[in-house]
Amino acid sequence: MEHLLEIEKIHCGFEGHDVVNDFDLSLAPGTMISLLGPSGCGKTTMLRAIAGFEPVTSGKILLDGRIVSSPKIRVSPERRRVGMVFQDYALFPHLNIAANIAFGLPRESTAEKKRITDRMLELVGMEGFGHRYPDELSGGQQQRVAVARALAPEPRLLLLDEPFSNLDTELRERLAIDVRDMLKEQNMAAIFVTHDQHEAFVMGDSTGVIHNGRILQFDTAFNLYHEPANRFVADFIGHGRFLQGEMLGPDKVQTRLGILHGNRAYPWDKGTKVDILLRPDDVLIDEDSPIRCFIQEKAFRGADTMYTVGMNDDSELLSLMPSRFDYKVGEEVGIEIDIDHLVLFRHQS
Amino acid sequence: MQESILDPRSEPDNNRLAGFLPRKLNKWHYTSGALALLVAVPLLVVFSGWLKPETEIWSHLADTILDQLVINTIKLVVGVGIGVVILGVSLAWLTARCEFPGRKWFDWLLMLPMAMPAYVLAFVAIGLLDFSGPVQTALRTWFGTSNIWFPEIRSTGGLITVMVIAFYPYVYMMARTAFITQGRSTLEAARMLGASSYGIFWRIALPMARPAIAAGTTLALMETLADFGTVATFNYDTFTTAIYKAWFGFFSLQAASQLASILLLLVFVSLMLEKSSRRKSKYHDSMRSGEPPRLHLSGWRGWTVSGLLALLFLIAFLAPFIQLCLWSFQVVTTDFDERYLGLLAHTLLLGALAAMVTVIAGMVLSFARRFQPDRTTLVTTSLATLGYALPGSVLAVGIMVAASGFDNGINNLFESIGLNMPGQIFGGSLLALVLAYVIRFMAVAFGPIETVLSRIRPSLPEAARSLGATSSQTLKAIYLPLLRPGLMTGLLLVMVDTMKEMPATLLMRPFGWDTLAVRIYEMTSEGEWERAALPAITLVFAGLIPVVLLIRRSQKRRK
Repeated sequence: MEHLLEIEKIHCGFEGHDVVNDFDLSLAPGTMISLLGPSGCGKTTMLRAIAGFEPVTSGKILLDGRIVSSPKIRVSPERRRVGMVFQDYALFPHLNIAANIAFGLPRESTAEKKRITDRMLELVGMEGFGHRYPDELSGGQQQRVAVARALAPEPRLLLLDEPFSNLDTELRERLAIDVRDMLKEQNMAAIFVTHDQHEAFVMGDSTGVIHNGRILQFDTAFNLYHEPANRFVADFIGHGRFLQGEMLGPDKVQTRLGILHGNRAYPWDKGTKVDILLRPDDVLIDEDSPIRCFIQEKAFRGADTMYTVGMNDDSELLSLMPSRFDYKVGEEVGIEIDIDHLVLFRHQS
Repeated sequence: MQESILDPRSEPDNNRLAGFLPRKLNKWHYTSGALALLVAVPLLVVFSGWLKPETEIWSHLADTILDQLVINTIKLVVGVGIGVVILGVSLAWLTARCEFPGRKWFDWLLMLPMAMPAYVLAFVAIGLLDFSGPVQTALRTWFGTSNIWFPEIRSTGGLITVMVIAFYPYVYMMARTAFITQGRSTLEAARMLGASSYGIFWRIALPMARPAIAAGTTLALMETLADFGTVATFNYDTFTTAIYKAWFGFFSLQAASQLASILLLLVFVSLMLEKSSRRKSKYHDSMRSGEPPRLHLSGWRGWTVSGLLALLFLIAFLAPFIQLCLWSFQVVTTDFDERYLGLLAHTLLLGALAAMVTVIAGMVLSFARRFQPDRTTLVTTSLATLGYALPGSVLAVGIMVAASGFDNGINNLFESIGLNMPGQIFGGSLLALVLAYVIRFMAVAFGPIETVLSRIRPSLPEAARSLGATSSQTLKAIYLPLLRPGLMTGLLLVMVDTMKEMPATLLMRPFGWDTLAVRIYEMTSEGEWERAALPAITLVFAGLIPVVLLIRRSQKRRK
């Protein structure tokens, strides 16, 4: 399949301080991906390099098969036909909403401008707001206008830089779903950058986890959670703790909590020290279990409660239990490991 | 179109001048560098006066008046410095942190003296309080004797008083802002730790406001050192009057530039003192914890304060203003003529011309800082905005010496190729005068533009670019409309400052380009106070416009 966007081994940043490091990515038309990572991981720089605001020091970026960024070539942002939605929305305060949306259509006739503007306002559910000014709108409304403005000139690719981070949690989730549906309706290819995994999973058909300017794993949300390719991804996505163990066979590990069996084989020798990823739903509190430990912390979350349980060697595990089981901090309980799919990493000392 | 850029990695790092010059200079370096050069050239020229052999005029000046000039200047600076600090800080404390009858009015009434040029206040004070003036005459008739004691207005003390009244608003304004923005929580913390309200002033509020007070005082002292009109009215010899005499009395630009360089040294010394006094003290206050509480001065104490402030306002603004109106009224039938309108037209034209050029230059400087934020542009833009510290007479000398050198070069060139010499081209031209204004008021335009520009988030122009606008379209559609308030403020401030400017105008105006300020100088040096009043009141009204805007803006911000 022809790729809309191809990124080959690019580096951005200053000498010796690469913010983006050996970055590879490709994107097919009509697909939406998320780039997820902690702040300062280089994801925004990556996005700005695609938009043309950030030079690349090596590698290249191609749009529709043509080089737009390389150490020697830099097509200016206005010639890339790449739209961008900014974290602070960047609505022009001196123009009303209609003029903001029509800003990217300087060559259209007045009637055509009006037609497109109306259609965009309808798409984002803001009919009748054309004559208002940005400072008269709420944060969520400004966000919708920002999306409409970016979509109006029909870019081939839309970049969204943490577009929901200035909104409160409740609005954020609803708007994320709305924006995804709008973009899907337009069959728009989009790259969405965020540090919030729930947003990333809502917006992206697949998600790249970024750390230190590199993509560590590019996969579906399900696989990122259940098949993390490395420790960082395992740690960053969802909750979990590591338990030490020793390989007994390709799918068998000896731990202090007993022998754990998995449904997948690992190629390591018998006796290799490994760390087993235990998600909170893998650890069940069971009064009768012989493995004893103490409740260290609890966080009530409504339907369920997250317990941090401490073992007598100072290590700890997380356990997610329905909230009707109510244990007290300091209480001695038993735990049981219920796992059929082992995620192992070689132990690092 | 594809812009090709060089790979910064491939270039060697060893040919940089101690990290000052970047690898590759671009248009922002060149334009801001050129503007910095505009300021640097007159400065260097002034100091280069010492390179030529000593002239007779200089040794005459050095033997006879130099000691007196230095002593006079020091007396003036010390007196005005102490006066503006005491008056400015106490007024700021009263209006910012106390409550008394009429406090809300005094908040802004006390700013109005800013609209009155010091040289206007000077001649009104002398006209009013001199032996033959209306006040002493009235007193003599009242007591029926000519033998009553009255302080001599034409004295060092009188001059210092006039300058303190003219320049205290700088300290008042900055100290007031500092006092108001000191967070409530800091003061409450001090209270919880046992400080009395007296202790809070001396141990918390005053030390925290020190950088602002120092900045305001420096501005007042810059004005004092640069002043020509006030000291000339008082016949008090300082460097600015000596420069004027050396130039127009002895026709010696060299002696003038030697005098100018000493004055410049004094200016730099006071700038350094301010720098070293604030060094690390950058206090960040937050308004988040709310405005600090006010001390309620009740009963007779409150009324005493209001009475004193009313008296001060009467002396500093109301009485001079009324007197100017009365005098203007006396002469309006004879003096409101074509000549006055010509003066007004010249003043407005020069002001508008200087304002437009200066605002464009100020915009270039602030763009250079934004688009090329490296050490080179920091140095060039700081140098280019240093002109506010150069007294008008020093600038005039520097530009005229440079201009005559330039003209001589051209003339020699023409002569050597057998053409008629064109004579003065640059020296004595309108261009040279406008250049002086631009250099002197660059910082005045740069300040408001820079403030507004720094509030334009980088994402706005980026959004425009990503929507298909080129960089020049972005300038037109995004930057210029958003910068408009800053540009307008800059235009207004520079225009009014130019209209009030006296020494450079006096020294450099081309023949037939008299302005209102020049007219005031001519009339006051003849002692014809009434005839100076009409141009003076015109300047006061012009000066009121930015002051009123400033007041309105600070009131809006607090709401």
